[in-house]
Amino acid sequence: MSGNGSHRHPTLGAYFGVFVTLMALTALTVWAAFQHLGIWNTPVALSIAVTKALLVALIFMHLRYSPRLTAIAVAAAVAWLAILIVITVSDYLTRAWLPIYAR
Amino acid sequence: MADAAHALAGESPPELQHHFVDLEAQKEASSLGMWVFLVTEILFFGGMFTAYVVYRASYRAAFEGASNLLDIRLGAFNTAVLILSSLTMALAVWAASQGKKNRIVVFLSATILLGAVFLGVKVIEYSQKFEHHEVPGPHFVVPHGLPRQAEMFFSLYFCMTGLHALHMVVGIGLLSWLIARARRGDFTTRYNTPVEMVGLYWHFVDIVWIFLFPLLYLLGRHTL
Repeated sequence: MSGNGSHRHPTLGAYFGVFVTLMALTALTVWAAFQHLGIWNTPVALSIAVTKALLVALIFMHLRYSPRLTAIAVAAAVAWLAILIVITVSDYLTRAWLPIYAR
Repeated sequence: MADAAHALAGESPPELQHHFVDLEAQKEASSLGMWVFLVTEILFFGGMFTAYVVYRASYRAAFEGASNLLDIRLGAFNTAVLILSSLTMALAVWAASQGKKNRIVVFLSATILLGAVFLGVKVIEYSQKFEHHEVPGPHFVVPHGLPRQAEMFFSLYFCMTGLHALHMVVGIGLLSWLIARARRGDFTTRYNTPVEMVGLYWHFVDIVWIFLFPLLYLLGRHTL
């Protein structure tokens, strides 16, 4: 279970690098929000947010240096969250497509 | 190596619970348990994010207009504060892995301070919402020129940021507890699991805000 080097930790340089990147991405997302990107405003904002979340999880939370089992737990969270959102939205956003009750 | 020395002496380290083989196995169990807790937290917040997605898709104009009534400068400032607090938390975990008592206390205190700044800014934002009658309920006044579903946006805004702030308050409590333990000299190079586990929690709360900030503060700015 101990697996792939659970003792390794990121260097201090990695922490400061992630911090600077997170700050830059925050500035980027604020700038991008004011641009007229049509339908792309939200995808761009979410992509930046996911990148920031990954940086925090992988480096600050040591996920990159953790056992496989931890990664499986995180993958389970992402999978169930996707099920929750995708199935709910597939109901709500398609209701208007059918000329029946439940509006 | 310290474990081996204890094993040779026929005793187990005092931090080791009797049902674990060694400190490494104990730490891995703690870590996995904490991550599983965070999985439940992701799904807990996930329910609210789902509600947000559904209502935002249904009442697009109301959500974009109401979002623009939030103070983007305070929101961006708080995002920076929280990212900085994640850095100081990571540094506290690093100091704990080196067993450096004074540095642990310094970095944990800095994290608490930044968390308090975040909550202070939140108080300013909330009080502005009360003054402008933008808090859902009997005193809510539909902002000029917006559909009445703006109230739904503010309901979600207060639920999501309120629960996030509650997590911050809990986090500050945990950090205070860690400081007391660090002062007592509980954390060494061999045993520092509590610092690392609270670190995971604090970073998770940061991640929640990383999604809340664009979804609540930025969604309608391109329409301005």
